[in-house]
Amino acid sequence: MNDTFQLDGASVPFAPGQTVMQAALAAGHYIPHLCYHPEFKPHGSCKLCTVKIGNHTAASCTMPAEAGLEIESDIEELNALRRTLVQMLFAEGNHFCPSCEKSGNCVLQALGYDLEVHTAGFRHMYPDRPLDASHPEILLDFNRCVLCELCVRASGEVDGKSVFALAGRGITKHLIVNSASGLLKDTNIALTDKAMEVCPVGVILKKRVGFSKPIGERRYDQRPISAQALDDAPRTPTGAKHE
Amino acid sequence: MSDNAGSNTAHLETILGCHDHDPGKLLQILREIQEQYGHISPDAITRIASQLAIPRARAESVASFYSFLHIKPDGAYRVLFSDNITDRMLGSEELMRRMCQQLWVEPGKVSEDGLVSINTTSCTGMCDQGPAMLVNGRAITRLTHQRVQEIGHLIRNRTPLADWPADFFRVDDNIRRKGLLLDNKLAPGDALRAALTLGAANIVEAIKASGLRGRGGAGFPTGLKWEACRNAAGITKHVVCNADEGEPGTFKDRVLLTSYADLVFEGMTLAALAVGAQQGYLYLRGEYRYLLEPLQAILQRRRDKNLLGEKILGQPEFDFDIAIHLGAGAYICGEESALIESLEGKRGVPRNRPPFPVTHGYMQQPTALDNVETFCQAALAIQMGAEKYKAIGTTKSTGSKLISVSGDCPRPGIYEYPFGVSVRDVLQDCGAANTRAVQISGPSGICIAEGEFGRKLGFEDLPTAGAFMVFDDSRDMFEVARNFVHFFAHESCGFCTPCRVGTSMLKQTMDKIAAGHGTSHDLNEVENLDRVLQTSSHCGLGRTACNPVLHTLKHFRPAYENRLKSLDFEPAFDLDGALARARQMTGRDDTGAHLNTEET
Repeated sequence: MNDTFQLDGASVPFAPGQTVMQAALAAGHYIPHLCYHPEFKPHGSCKLCTVKIGNHTAASCTMPAEAGLEIESDIEELNALRRTLVQMLFAEGNHFCPSCEKSGNCVLQALGYDLEVHTAGFRHMYPDRPLDASHPEILLDFNRCVLCELCVRASGEVDGKSVFALAGRGITKHLIVNSASGLLKDTNIALTDKAMEVCPVGVILKKRVGFSKPIGERRYDQRPISAQALDDAPRTPTGAKHE
Repeated sequence: MSDNAGSNTAHLETILGCHDHDPGKLLQILREIQEQYGHISPDAITRIASQLAIPRARAESVASFYSFLHIKPDGAYRVLFSDNITDRMLGSEELMRRMCQQLWVEPGKVSEDGLVSINTTSCTGMCDQGPAMLVNGRAITRLTHQRVQEIGHLIRNRTPLADWPADFFRVDDNIRRKGLLLDNKLAPGDALRAALTLGAANIVEAIKASGLRGRGGAGFPTGLKWEACRNAAGITKHVVCNADEGEPGTFKDRVLLTSYADLVFEGMTLAALAVGAQQGYLYLRGEYRYLLEPLQAILQRRRDKNLLGEKILGQPEFDFDIAIHLGAGAYICGEESALIESLEGKRGVPRNRPPFPVTHGYMQQPTALDNVETFCQAALAIQMGAEKYKAIGTTKSTGSKLISVSGDCPRPGIYEYPFGVSVRDVLQDCGAANTRAVQISGPSGICIAEGEFGRKLGFEDLPTAGAFMVFDDSRDMFEVARNFVHFFAHESCGFCTPCRVGTSMLKQTMDKIAAGHGTSHDLNEVENLDRVLQTSSHCGLGRTACNPVLHTLKHFRPAYENRLKSLDFEPAFDLDGALARARQMTGRDDTGAHLNTEET
């Protein structure tokens, strides 16, 4: 693994086939991201991980690493972009952090704090998204969906069930489940499914275990997401040590 | 529209059988079921999914992506008014209002008796003979109050579409100026014979030498594309023709497919020879559904003449055939990788690139994908030779270009020019007077004002896919931009955050300004959204969605400023507007039913 690219002035080694995001995380460099998850094929929809290569921009999670690239990520221009994208996601759905079971464990909320999103920025859209409480063990609160497709990918690629899919187009795009009734109770989802673990926000919730840990003591209440995201990523043994 | 469940099942089985129960044909299957039954019922989705052995959610996911597929019951007659700005300029909004009144139905809803629904749709490609509409997918042109009224009567009497006056469905070519392409005297097979004389590798060389560039707007050198596809690893290769002419204001591909289809197929066939492809696809936009049967007849004729099929023109190793795939109402499918996804029976979402279609296209196999006009030009270039072809047009834009002229001019239609023609010359030829602005290459293109009419069409200056919409000095350029912004919001595929949310926010902001609540803060907001859309969108749709606003702001800022309040900030929430529903329900519209929120 001799090839390297430059990320904000640091030299990042990469293996053939790695994307910029994969190589950066493996070497201990954080690039903000939401729809990327180290265990699934990247698809690049949230665009939070957008980086700059000269005058050109690209999503780092899908961009193949190449030797000699000079990439900028932690610059005000891109952080301002990320702030706006987070504001857009907040405005698109119905996010009531104070009453949300995922508060403190939510990636969107954590990104908001870390990127210093202090205002709503946009007029909220208040979409009408009814809950699905049909399943005896699981609640779906679509209000919080950010359309990252992680549950779609987990259920399809890992669980082999395709319980989730996206329907509609444009601003009406929404999450659906795999049943004629449109209800979760009529799917073959199980509590042990990978799809149950991956929602970065508070859509897929286990019933009767809410608020088991008080707000204030949760994951991102301890340390910001920029410090913790590296813990989830597979690290290369030869990679630079995390400072 | 039979209620007999048994016969429905049988019919569904026939459709599935025609497509070999192939999940890759999902969109074609859904489209045919839509055509047969007027909507795709939940039960039909369940059965299709189980027959194709795919998750039900996937079938629903695809069905809900395309505008012309309905997963809820719709009217027996589905009326869609084409909503391009050129249709509006010809009075489409008033026509639609009257038709809704005549048939007692609200826009976007189904009438109580299930007879009819009336709504708008993105440009149907009839801008030179608008206002236009689609009724159950069939194009109707040259709408007038009288024609709309007659259509209302036919619907009320439940007259089958087949018995409607044929003149309603007449679509004219309106060719106003011919050149190299429209004046060609080639007989079917001529260019192909010339190509066979050259040999596969030399076709690529000849196309490279001709300087031919893609006519879909981006202008990528066709020869390089074919060379990359020819050199790509893999035995199975494809040629795909992009006939998803969705850019509002463009209709030249419709004319080529109506009157020059042999040349299109000829170009595809010699491309297949050049790259080594065995199968071709024509991706035809759903709005041009009426062209399907004529095109299939032409394909059959070419098979009969041995210009398609096995051992074409007696060449032992030259097998190639073309299938037609219909779209179902999605502008995004004009983007090449979204088109390929759609061709594979999926949602039309643009792929991540690299890899590019030349190496990983249809079914992840090497694919040469070009615009309708590009294939025609390629056939001409091969027939006349690279040197002769290169002499036409300009250095970096060789050959000729078809321009679709519409809007404020007495002679809208198709004009062919060598590249390098000035905007002023086109305006003169179409008889435009008092022109305020021209929108070049559709909403995603460029809006230019009077001082720039000396600019030239070509890749050096004004690249264009062909749309040329003329606006005279009676037009409000703010409303033009607002129409385009609505278009982008409607057509965003929704894959990436900036485009999905940003185009809707842009629409809200433009509507706020239109309603008289805009402030200078909102204009700043537009510039901020533009930055986000341009730097982070997944594909060209998002990256260009702000262009109409930015270009009109640059040239026609007073059209915006006259609408602004002098305040720095004004809430978008309209108190009086919030009472609209209550007013409608109570049938009241007196002053007491209004809140006066205006400051005096």
